[in-house]
Amino acid sequence: MKIAGLSWPVVRALLASQHANMVQYRAEIALWALSGVLPFIMLSLWSQSDAGASFGFKGVGLARYYLSAFMVRQFSVVWVVFAFEEDALLGRLSPFLLQPLHPLWRYVAAHVAERVTRFPFSIGIAAIFFLLYPTSFWLPSLSQFLLACLAILLAFSINFLLQSLIAALCFWSEKASALERLLLIPYLYFSGWLVPLAAFPDAARTASFWTPFPYLIDFPARVLAGLPVDFVAGFAAQLFWVALLLPLVLMAWRAGVRRYTAMGA
Amino acid sequence: MGRYLLSLQRFWATALAGQLEYQANMLIDLLAMVGSLAGSIFVLSLFFGQGRELGGWSWEAALVVQGIYTFLDGVSSTWLRPNLSAIVTHVREGTLDFVLLKPIDSQFWVSLRIMAPAGLPEMGLGLVLIVWAASRAGASFSLGTLLVAVLMLCVGGVILYALWFVIAATSIWFVKTWNATEVLRAVLASGRFPVSAYPPTLRLVFTLVLPVAFLTTVPAEVILGRAAMQMLVLGLFLAVIFFVGSRAFWLFALRYYTSASS
Repeated sequence: MKIAGLSWPVVRALLASQHANMVQYRAEIALWALSGVLPFIMLSLWSQSDAGASFGFKGVGLARYYLSAFMVRQFSVVWVVFAFEEDALLGRLSPFLLQPLHPLWRYVAAHVAERVTRFPFSIGIAAIFFLLYPTSFWLPSLSQFLLACLAILLAFSINFLLQSLIAALCFWSEKASALERLLLIPYLYFSGWLVPLAAFPDAARTASFWTPFPYLIDFPARVLAGLPVDFVAGFAAQLFWVALLLPLVLMAWRAGVRRYTAMGA
Repeated sequence: MGRYLLSLQRFWATALAGQLEYQANMLIDLLAMVGSLAGSIFVLSLFFGQGRELGGWSWEAALVVQGIYTFLDGVSSTWLRPNLSAIVTHVREGTLDFVLLKPIDSQFWVSLRIMAPAGLPEMGLGLVLIVWAASRAGASFSLGTLLVAVLMLCVGGVILYALWFVIAATSIWFVKTWNATEVLRAVLASGRFPVSAYPPTLRLVFTLVLPVAFLTTVPAEVILGRAAMQMLVLGLFLAVIFFVGSRAFWLFALRYYTSASS
């Protein structure tokens, strides 16, 4: 049985080969994990400032929020644009297009394999965090954990689709990664990566909930940290963005492949 | 010396001509710069309000720190990032051989070969923010403070350069290092805030181990006329150590360079 070009042996082969590939770069992946330290720097700033008290962000809750934000980012970070741009520019894309498998699956497999390789490092950083802030230690309940996994999976999907949409623009312009840099800015400030959305002034918070960004970090992180959160609204918004982006990506991709001239191959 | 200045002139003229071919990229860079400055000022503003201060810094004074960070970020995108990421490529593709054969100092060549003009507006924007915020914070610009401020900015620049350069030079062993530079970038982002806003242990780390304090906070203190003499001396001392260290590290690393495919 095949769904979108995928069958069980294909999935297994893709994951196994990508995992073997990722394991070679363990040191690099450890550094990637470490490069997500920004939430901890922000946490140390908030812990010294009394500004957090006004919106109820103080102590353990805040520490858990930032650790969760770190973990969410570990599992939802995506680099399709860069991988795809390289593949398109070097002509590696052409053989992928000949195979009876949507090339995006290859990138999905690479990301999944990388998550598996990265997992021990992320856990290690979390363990160090708990050693430094023992009072913030918590284990989410099973239902909380499962809901958080779902929220992170959806956050990853939105991220992946957003980047794939930009990657598809590579068919029209050789420098889609510049656009990705533009996308990164609202992501940094509106996703809750640097500051939880609860700290925003009301107008800014309301505005940011109209974008996909809060559902990429803030919402899953709140679920994982066990902070009060509107589950229904959050999951509904995540599903809405997936449903909106998926057909767009497929359409852009189909139109792009038609333009593809296999430059350099 | 004249040879080096002439080389520098040629390097940057060709780099400029090359970059100007990509005008759409320039526009995107400009947008990205304005967006990220606006975002980071927004984050900073969340710490203020109702007469609150951040580690003893008023809003205007903290904006001076932000301006210096922007300026130094412009310096990194103009010179540090493009040049030092090119080192990695040179090592991987073996083209470092050609650099080493040139009758010019190799560290000079790899550090200053490229100039990306996209960072220049960011430097300008940083300077405007520094001057505007400093005058609102009640700083008086005398020739003396100006000179010391420029000196301390150079100290910050040298330390920043040495940190980047040492990481880039490790590519001689590890080949791929651009994720190490991502770690460095993430940590350097702490320089957006005055160092006194951090908990005491981190303050110590940011002063002595990874001297982020000398990149932004100390120059801002000089501009605002509240710098402590011993910090200036320590900064100068660290800049010399870091620069000499980067030089020694490069010479050491080159001994292990075996060239690609040979």
